[in-house]
Amino acid sequence: MRVIGHVAVNVFKESVRDKVLYNLVVFAVLLMSASYLIGELTAGQDVKIIKDLGLASISVFGLAIAVFIGIGLVWKEVEKRSIYTLLAKPMRRQEFLLGKYCGLVLTLVINVAVMTAAYYAVLAYMQAMSPPNLRASWPAPATDPALLKAIALIMLELMLVTAIAVLFSTFSSPFLSAMLTTAVWVIGHFNQDLRDYGATIPSPLAAAIARGVYYVVPNFSAFDVKLQVVHAQAVPFSYIGLTTLYGFTYIALVLVGAVIIFSRRDFK
Amino acid sequence: MDAIRTEALTKHYQVGFWRPRPYLALDGLTMEVGQGEIFGFLGPNGAGKTTTLKLLMQLIYPTSGRAEILGKPVGDVGVKRRIGYLPEQPYFYDYLTAEELLQYFAAIFGYPPAERRRRAAALLDEVGIGAERRLPLRKFSKGMLQRVGIAQALINDPEVVFLDEPMSGLDPLGRREIRQLILRLRDRGCTVFFSSHVLADAETLCSRVAILANARLVAAGRLTEMFAFEVRGWELVVSGLNEDVLARAQQCRHVIRATRLAEGRYALELPLAPPPERTLAELIATGAALVSLTPIRDTLEDFFVRQVSAGGSRPRLPESA
Repeated sequence: MRVIGHVAVNVFKESVRDKVLYNLVVFAVLLMSASYLIGELTAGQDVKIIKDLGLASISVFGLAIAVFIGIGLVWKEVEKRSIYTLLAKPMRRQEFLLGKYCGLVLTLVINVAVMTAAYYAVLAYMQAMSPPNLRASWPAPATDPALLKAIALIMLELMLVTAIAVLFSTFSSPFLSAMLTTAVWVIGHFNQDLRDYGATIPSPLAAAIARGVYYVVPNFSAFDVKLQVVHAQAVPFSYIGLTTLYGFTYIALVLVGAVIIFSRRDFK
Repeated sequence: MDAIRTEALTKHYQVGFWRPRPYLALDGLTMEVGQGEIFGFLGPNGAGKTTTLKLLMQLIYPTSGRAEILGKPVGDVGVKRRIGYLPEQPYFYDYLTAEELLQYFAAIFGYPPAERRRRAAALLDEVGIGAERRLPLRKFSKGMLQRVGIAQALINDPEVVFLDEPMSGLDPLGRREIRQLILRLRDRGCTVFFSSHVLADAETLCSRVAILANARLVAAGRLTEMFAFEVRGWELVVSGLNEDVLARAQQCRHVIRATRLAEGRYALELPLAPPPERTLAELIATGAALVSLTPIRDTLEDFFVRQVSAGGSRPRLPESA
């Protein structure tokens, strides 16, 4: 665990020095400009739109970091040969890989936490600036704590995307890893459709393939409760708990696969 | 217990995308390196030196055979605590400073923060990295990176250190400093295993060497046992030499070859007989002055060239291997 921690901190240090956290400034500027513009253009709907936009932005910014850093995590070390000195130190290959993964998750947690703080600050400002009669018409306050449920599931989704990116980066180039990770993410969002595909097409083979993909590719739509929380619909804690269990099981399986591939690899 | 031991260590790679075929990178390497010695691992480019080092560091896995370091199989985490490794043309995280890099590696060995700082500072002093230690490594020259590479290989005060082309990228001053450092390591009881194609370094430093050519071991042993250091002639450097006298000396084969040097000096290759003192006395009598007299011996380079030439071509593997 100690070694994993040191590797993880080094990954975080790299992302800070490579100016990855600059995206937070872009996020804050985007959210503040949007809140101002939308406030000028709409009447009464602006808080709902900002809630929606903010959650979508956290998701997109996080996804960009998870995919674009995740795909290079292992590849860059091998390509630049910095892995040679590191693996000669007293560490196992799985510790190196898990350290890399944890480091990127740490970067994402800090990013999402800062974005969440900025998001709530903008919403609190909008709440303070809105007249009482308008506030009374909202189905939930602007700074609704239920939004955190959506953010928690976004974070879980990002952790799963990171694990998938790391898996691909253990054996393929960054370009291919980015393509494959994005493909899995997109297919994962249409997972429900794959399950029901058999009922709409006559070919049993196509239906079996779709069902196979349904079982292998994680169901990313399960992590998306943005619409429900923005419209103040209840998202039970039991759902959050089960989805978390589902997410962590998938992450564990993907990382085990990554460790198996990485442990057998020759670094020529 | 040997510091390093390999038995029939072999590595094949598959090369080619559409029609993969086996390529023999190392063929049945068997050798032992005793503790506390400086062992030179020599061979031309592509002979299999780096492949061997990668197998010893378990960066690649052998096709067959086995390797041990300090009596334990390679890859054992306990063994990794006791060794150091400098890869060929090392590259490090360029966003870190030299100090941070060494402290990071020291942390992986489990040293507490104060000890990490102490070790990093002492080693950077030892390899001659001064105020630059607080600059990001992306600003370092090749030679400075090589020095940092050597420092990181010693962060745990290793019992066995593996250096892949340690003199690469260093200027003459740097090479001398690293040679002295290797000798200091030996004096502390550390086993130094270094690969090189610069034979002068091996000749100066090594107690034993192994020579690899075309993936195979072609010679191994003590330098003194592998070839005789017998004198096979003399090199005499003189000034003020009369050219008629030189012509006469060449005619009666007292001088085999004469090379004109700068400022009117000559380097003369003399045979073993007659003794050089006689030829020298004759030359001095005609007004020449002695600059130097050096014996000509068989060098490691001569031996190396003979062994590599006799090694033949790289064995080909059947397509199904």
